[in-house]
Amino acid sequence: MLAYEFRWSVLWELPYAVWMLEGIWTTIRLGLISWVFALLLGIIVGTCRVTPYRPLRLIATAYTEFFRDIPLLVQLFFWYFAAPRILPTSVELYLYREVPQAEFWITVIALSIYTSSRVAEQIRSGMQSISQDQFNAALSTGLTHFQMYRYVTIPLAIRIMIPPLTTEFLTIFKNTSLAMTVGVLETTFMSQQIEAYTFRGLEATTGACIVYLIITMMVVSGMGLLEKKLAVPGLIARGR
Amino acid sequence: MGGFDFKVIVDNFSFLMSGLLTTFQLAIIAISGGLILGILLGMARLSSRPYVYYPATVFVNFLRSLPLILVIFWFYFLVPILAGRPLGDFLSASIAFIVFEATYFAEIIRAGIQSIPKGQMQAAYSTALNYRQMMGYVVVPQAMKNMIPSLLTQSVIIFQDTSLAYVIGLKEFLRSGSIVDSREVRSLEIYAFLGVVYFLICFTMSTLSKRWERKKGSLR
Repeated sequence: MLAYEFRWSVLWELPYAVWMLEGIWTTIRLGLISWVFALLLGIIVGTCRVTPYRPLRLIATAYTEFFRDIPLLVQLFFWYFAAPRILPTSVELYLYREVPQAEFWITVIALSIYTSSRVAEQIRSGMQSISQDQFNAALSTGLTHFQMYRYVTIPLAIRIMIPPLTTEFLTIFKNTSLAMTVGVLETTFMSQQIEAYTFRGLEATTGACIVYLIITMMVVSGMGLLEKKLAVPGLIARGR
Repeated sequence: MGGFDFKVIVDNFSFLMSGLLTTFQLAIIAISGGLILGILLGMARLSSRPYVYYPATVFVNFLRSLPLILVIFWFYFLVPILAGRPLGDFLSASIAFIVFEATYFAEIIRAGIQSIPKGQMQAAYSTALNYRQMMGYVVVPQAMKNMIPSLLTQSVIIFQDTSLAYVIGLKEFLRSGSIVDSREVRSLEIYAFLGVVYFLICFTMSTLSKRWERKKGSLR
C-alpha cells in the first residue's frame, strides 16, 4: 500500500548520528538544569501558598494561576522575542550577539518558571495532606515558623510528593522539545534538521521518539528506586 | 524603540481573530475526537481479555511518554505517505491531537471507572443486568460524575496544547501572532496580547470548572 521506501540508516549514518547524540546531550542538560530551578522556585511558591500570611498567599496564588493558564510556547516566545525589548537596545544586542547560547538560557528561564507553577501546585497539595497535628507539634516544641517548614513539613511533603513530582520531571523533558522553536539544538531540532537534509522525516522523527521513550523509562525506574528508599515509614504504601 | 504601541493589535485584529478561530476549531476537534477514542481506549485498558488489554496499554503508555511536538511531526510526515498526496496541515494536526489526547482521556476514564466500588458492579449483576446494562446504567453514569472535573482540566490543557501546531506552520493563534510580528516587529505588544487572551480563556474555563465541581460536590 505504501509507495514509500524507508531508509532507517539516516539514524546511524554520519554526520546524522553525531547530530542526534549532540541533541540528546542538550535535551538532558536542558531538562536537568531547568528542573533544579523549577524545583527550588516551586518549593518556595508552593510553601507561600499554605502560609498563614494572606499577602504572600495571594501573590503565590496569582503566580501559579498566571503561569499555568498561558501555553508554554507562548511564554517561551515572550521571553525570547518580547522580554529583551524591555531592556535598553545596547543590552538587547549584547544578549543576542555576545552571550553564548542565549536561546538555551532563555529556554531554561521559560521552562523553569512554567514548571515551577506546576510544582508549586503539587507541593501545596502535598502540604495540605500533612495533618494539622504535625504543624502544631512542631510549633509547640518551640520551633519558629521557618524552622517548622525547613525541618518538619517540607521534608515530609517532598517525600509524599515523589510520585507526582516524577510526573512533572518527565513532563519537563517532554517540554524541552519546544526549545527547537527558538533554535536550541536539542533532540527534536536535530531530528528535523536530519529531515531537512535527507527528506526522511518519518525515520528521523521515529528516532527522536525512541530517544524520549528511553529517557522516560530511565527516569521512571530511577524514581521508583528513590521512592522506595525515601518512603515515610508508617504510611500506607501509595498505590500506583 | 519608543513606547508601547497597541495600534498593531487593532490593525491586525481580524487576522489574529481568524487564528484564534482556527485554535478553537482544532481544540474542539481534539476534545471531541479524543474523548470518543479515549473512551474506547479506556475500556480496552480495563478489559480482561489480554489481546485487548496489552495492545491498548502499550499504546497508551508509549504515546504518553512522547512530547506532543514529535507526535505532531510524526503524523505530519505519515499522513501524506498513507494518503499518497498532501492533505494539509489542519487535517494532520487534527489526527495527531485526537490520537495523542485520547491517551490522556483514556487514563482519566480508566481511573474514573476504577473509582466505583466493586459492590456496585456485583449489585448490578445480581439484579440480572448484563455487562452492557451494568456499565451503561450503573457504573458509567456514576464514574462520569467523578471524571468531569479531570475531563474539564484536560480540555483546558488541550486548548493550550493547540499552540504547538505552530511547528508545522498551521495558522492558529500563536502562528498568526508570529506572522504579524515578523511583518510589524512589535514583539512585546503582540506576545503580551497573545498571553493575555490565552490567559483569559483558560482562566475562565478552569474557574468555571472549579465552581461547577464545588456545586456538584455539595449536591451529593
